[in-house]
Amino acid sequence: MKKRTHYELLQSGAGYYTALIGMGLLIVAGLAATWYMEHYGHIVTGMSNEIVWGMPHVFAVFMIVAASGVLNVASIGTVFGKAPYKPLGRLSAVMAAAVLAGGLMILVLDLGRPDRLIVAMTKYNFKSIFAWNIYLYNGFFAVVLLYLYTQLSSKAGVRRFYKPAGTLAFVWRLILTTGTGSIFGWLVARQAYDLAIFAPMFIALSFSFGLAVFILLMVALMRGDDRAVGHELVARMGRLLGVFVASAAYFTIVWMLTDLYAAEHRSAVAYLFASGNIYSWLYWVGFIGLGTIAPLLLVFSNSARSSHAPVITAALLVILGGMALMYFIIIGGQSYPLVLFPGMEESSSFNDGMIASYAPSLPEILLGLGGVAVAVTITLVAAKTLHILPTTLADAEVDPHLAAEAEGAGLKKAA
Amino acid sequence: MTEHSASNETRKAPESAAAEMDAARREFMRNIAAASVLSLGGGLTLYAAAPREALAKKPGEPLDPKKRWGMLIDTTKCTSGCEKCVEACKKENGWEAEPGSRTDVQWIRKVDVKDPATGFMASLPVMRQHCANPPCVDVCPTGASMQRADGIVQVNMHTCIGCRYCMMACPYKARSFVHEDIPEERKRFHAPMGKGCVTSCNFCAHRVDSGRIPACAEACPEGAMLFGDLNDPNSAISQRLKEIPSYQIRADLGTDNGIRYTRLP
Amino acid sequence: MRAIRQGMTAALLGGVVFAAVLGVAQAGDLAPKVPIDKSKGDCVLPGDQMRKQHMNILMHRRDDTMFNGVRGGKRSLQACLTCHMVKDETTGKPVTIESPKHFCRVCHDFTAVKVDCWSCHKSVPEETATQAMLKDGKLGGTGSMFARLRGFVQGGAND
Repeated sequence: MKKRTHYELLQSGAGYYTALIGMGLLIVAGLAATWYMEHYGHIVTGMSNEIVWGMPHVFAVFMIVAASGVLNVASIGTVFGKAPYKPLGRLSAVMAAAVLAGGLMILVLDLGRPDRLIVAMTKYNFKSIFAWNIYLYNGFFAVVLLYLYTQLSSKAGVRRFYKPAGTLAFVWRLILTTGTGSIFGWLVARQAYDLAIFAPMFIALSFSFGLAVFILLMVALMRGDDRAVGHELVARMGRLLGVFVASAAYFTIVWMLTDLYAAEHRSAVAYLFASGNIYSWLYWVGFIGLGTIAPLLLVFSNSARSSHAPVITAALLVILGGMALMYFIIIGGQSYPLVLFPGMEESSSFNDGMIASYAPSLPEILLGLGGVAVAVTITLVAAKTLHILPTTLADAEVDPHLAAEAEGAGLKKAA
Repeated sequence: MTEHSASNETRKAPESAAAEMDAARREFMRNIAAASVLSLGGGLTLYAAAPREALAKKPGEPLDPKKRWGMLIDTTKCTSGCEKCVEACKKENGWEAEPGSRTDVQWIRKVDVKDPATGFMASLPVMRQHCANPPCVDVCPTGASMQRADGIVQVNMHTCIGCRYCMMACPYKARSFVHEDIPEERKRFHAPMGKGCVTSCNFCAHRVDSGRIPACAEACPEGAMLFGDLNDPNSAISQRLKEIPSYQIRADLGTDNGIRYTRLP
Repeated sequence: MRAIRQGMTAALLGGVVFAAVLGVAQAGDLAPKVPIDKSKGDCVLPGDQMRKQHMNILMHRRDDTMFNGVRGGKRSLQACLTCHMVKDETTGKPVTIESPKHFCRVCHDFTAVKVDCWSCHKSVPEETATQAMLKDGKLGGTGSMFARLRGFVQGGAND
């Protein structure tokens, strides 16, 4: 017996406006940081001719990757027909667009000439994966909005296209993440990148980052508005997160082993993964330890069935580990010098053959946080103006099977 | 030279008659002077050949797409510590860089290379390699990173948005990001560069366009940098490349560089 | 009360109309004159056409230089800067874009249009290699003499 899901706008409590004001302040700080960076030039950041992409790109790539993963929740309901995920489709679509918008804002505001954004939108070099991505990102917004329209419309004729629209959005997001991964995978000159595995690796990462972001924001919105969230639903999402997290880690291990096997890449990969520098720590402790193993233990623990805490902690750790991995990939990968003369020692006034150092500056971090705040703000405003948040996500309301499972688990525990 | 003057007539630039007369006068002066330079002695033939060949294009005339500009650097003549080419480039194109600076613009630098296994050392200038298949041009989203029909790779800073993807893609570390404002007195008229854009060696396109050779090649006291048209089998550089083995940095990447070296470590 | 309000409205309207009429009548005199040294010849187009077309001419030339290597001559930026150069009264040197007297700013300040040229481009004409050589006169060793000779022989794009 399937119940009809009801959606309601967020209540306007003090908490809602406090959150909104807090996010607003972060956005203002991010914009001020942008103004500072653009006024004085990138000289005031930690970025240089060696580390050309810095902290803003760590935030931006994380968010762009996460955005396509956030949409998975909707896809699981629509494309794969999993009933418990169906009530979350609307929120998932809105949040995906919001997170992408936040990530893109960071990317755009970090440009050397953000005032020339119109050039990026009117002049295309179709051989550039970056130019393709501009289409993929803009297209993502269009496809997701279309998908949202088929879900929100009161016309049965429009709602009929809910499944094709959802399938299109799912395919689109897979292509989008392939594009994002290929930004790095197709850099033939860089020892640390230059592998086709970057595309599927980024897809796996998007699954885990996106679901973690979704779980956190969804539980925060629901509980902040005093709406019920079923334990079994969250536990189930947590177990899925576990599968995603493990597959993402698998891809990074294959990346490491592939490069270790090739003598040409060995020194670069040894430098990144096993030299005891900040990047090795970020990978093994940050991504593998905190971002993979700890969440796996948490989501598959018994307490995950009776409390939200383990899954929420796991989601937070996945995000933390994900940021560590992004820093590892983007900053670490650039810090290894370009090899002009294989096997030789190089030195020059332009730091040839030297490991590049990088320290993120405050404006870069503020810009990144500003982008996060934009994503949260869009989600908050959308939840207040559109019917996207279910009135309840109690297990019995979402899916009778879930309720039965929860009951069974409770009985087992009692016994 | 007859072939060149013929092409001049077919492609007249829309300028005044006075400018054309001026150009003709300059051409005459150059021919006289080139002849006198030629007579200075056999050792100077290399110098004379390169500019004469470059003279093919006169100011106001569009470039010749049949050409491909390149350079042969005789690394055996290049010594560690000699920075004449770098100094000339700085002066010509208006950039300054503290040695080891991580944010200053550098169009050309001397790289000292040492084989750790044998102790063999070499020193060579590295600048933008003017690839036939440039990765920077492939990745640039707006097409600002561009290749001219005559093979010169340059940044069209009018459409550069400062995304720095070209710097990620370039295998030769040939590009710099302009991290801060360039003061008016350091700006060069023919080499504009400004905060927020990526900049790099353009083979002194302004010189090449008016029949001169790049500043680095001109400044090399050893005459170790031979500039010319790789597509012309009779050019000095083509003749030399036919005689001796030459190498490209990271030839394995298939970028087909316009800059070739007589010996690479 | 109503009478006062109507009166005020009428006065305001009258003022606007008066200002508009005055503006149209005075437009020719109000529009700033771009300084030009006519002794170097006429501009590419007559002044009133230049006012409308200069950006298109510049843009066309810009692409012609970037893609086709067309340099020098009357339409070059160097030629614009040379004929339109304004010298500072006290120092006698050409003013840069920092000065409101710079020929670009004379109009662009008036129309409140900000141009993007001068963050990269030099805003005063540059001495060409030949000019610089004639000015400092001295010749160094044989090496530099040779270089100077070659510089002279080859001329420059911007001569």
